[in-house]
Amino acid sequence: MLWKRKDLLGLEELTPEEIGFILSTAESFKEVTTREIKKVPALRGKTVVNLFYEPSTRTRISFEIAAKRLSADVINIATETSSVQKGETLIDTGTNIEALKADIIVMRHNCSGAAAILARHVGISVVNAGDGWHEHPTQALLDMFTLKEKLGRIKDMKVSIVGDIAHSRVARSNIWGLTKLGARVTVCAPPMLIPPGIERMGVSVTHRIEEALREADAVNVLRMQFERDTQGAFPLQLEYFQDFGITQERIQKAKKGILVMHPGPLNRGIEIESSVADGENSVILEQVTNGIAVRMAVLFLVSQGREQKNEDLN
Amino acid sequence: MKEKAKVLDNEALSRSLIRIAHEILEKNKGTDELCLIGIRTRGAYLARRLADCIKRIDNALVPVGSLDITLYRDDLTLVAAQPVVHKTEIGFDITAKNVILVDDVLYTGRTIRAALDALIDFGRPKNIQLAVLIDRGHRELPIRADFVGKNIPTAQSETVEVRLQEVDGKDEVAIVEKG
Repeated sequence: MLWKRKDLLGLEELTPEEIGFILSTAESFKEVTTREIKKVPALRGKTVVNLFYEPSTRTRISFEIAAKRLSADVINIATETSSVQKGETLIDTGTNIEALKADIIVMRHNCSGAAAILARHVGISVVNAGDGWHEHPTQALLDMFTLKEKLGRIKDMKVSIVGDIAHSRVARSNIWGLTKLGARVTVCAPPMLIPPGIERMGVSVTHRIEEALREADAVNVLRMQFERDTQGAFPLQLEYFQDFGITQERIQKAKKGILVMHPGPLNRGIEIESSVADGENSVILEQVTNGIAVRMAVLFLVSQGREQKNEDLN
Repeated sequence: MKEKAKVLDNEALSRSLIRIAHEILEKNKGTDELCLIGIRTRGAYLARRLADCIKRIDNALVPVGSLDITLYRDDLTLVAAQPVVHKTEIGFDITAKNVILVDDVLYTGRTIRAALDALIDFGRPKNIQLAVLIDRGHRELPIRADFVGKNIPTAQSETVEVRLQEVDGKDEVAIVEKG
């Protein structure tokens, strides 16, 4: 298959073939991360700018490591200490980064659709590292990569996503990606945290955690973002843990070998019990490792994204 | 794409590989510290076949790996090519080994340059030798093969197609006119 996109904005717009292609490319990159010299010259001479309008540690570091393992130069811009504070608009910031001859902008922004706006105004590649409540495509890709690695395939696998579905870009990207690849997705949360009409995305809805876990091959536990609760939509932390927390007891009653995933950072004792997070079902740290391979694949592919025919050079 | 000539058939191809296997053993005085690494896609299959030949001749198992050189190519930013990244599988340490690098066609030498860079990231071999099924000339870099199945003079307007049972369903080598 030929990769044509200069940007990665979300999984909604990708075909199942494109998603599969990113995942298989990431498998090749995972091998690179197991070498003693974990670096290849593929993006030598390219510059990747991490432009983060929201705090982030693991995503930014993961992108930075991925870019460095491809031999790209990396510049990190945290907007708290940049000209954004002087009132520079997103588009001006983007066109200036382009004028500095960077090649790829990796952007995290608190507004949904910000990455798409930026991508329309610059000729260089834009990778969405999370935009508002909209999408976080590389997180969903690394979740799917981990699922595929552990379960052998994604098609027909049952995946439950538990937590604040309404405000979660991780949930949205996962739902797009998983349903496109033929997984059966269930979302589980208190009614207030499930957006009305979500069934139209092709998922089942339950408000009972036992039901979400009973037959699932994997459960993706979202972080409860209590800091975002401005409307009083959230239940109390203790109450949430009692009703929806992923506890050892609940995992024991779930399908044997169920994979427990979490995009991090963990709120131990709020959405997940410590013993589960550190237990044998947990693949949380493997997700982190796989994130590097997936982001290497994404950076490599968008840098290659162009529309012409493949030619066999022998 | 018009096929101009068949240069190796099934039998000639397998005789070439057997001869190369003998030459590898002769030059390296056996299989000690020997390993084979094929360049994906067809070089990887040829490396495996050479290992089979060596096993039949010397009854020794030689480790075989496969190398994807995509990430080391010097034409990644050129407009024409958009290569697919495949997996490199080298399940052994190449440090202090005699590495036989295997490819199907030696042409400009740029693939081999990339492969040498890639290999050296995996360790420090004692030496690296190059085995190719076809040498078609037109080198752009100072690279030569240690073991050659067949030298075929070609024009740059032609391509050499190596077809192997494992990928193409048959064993043969043909010269094809481009375009």
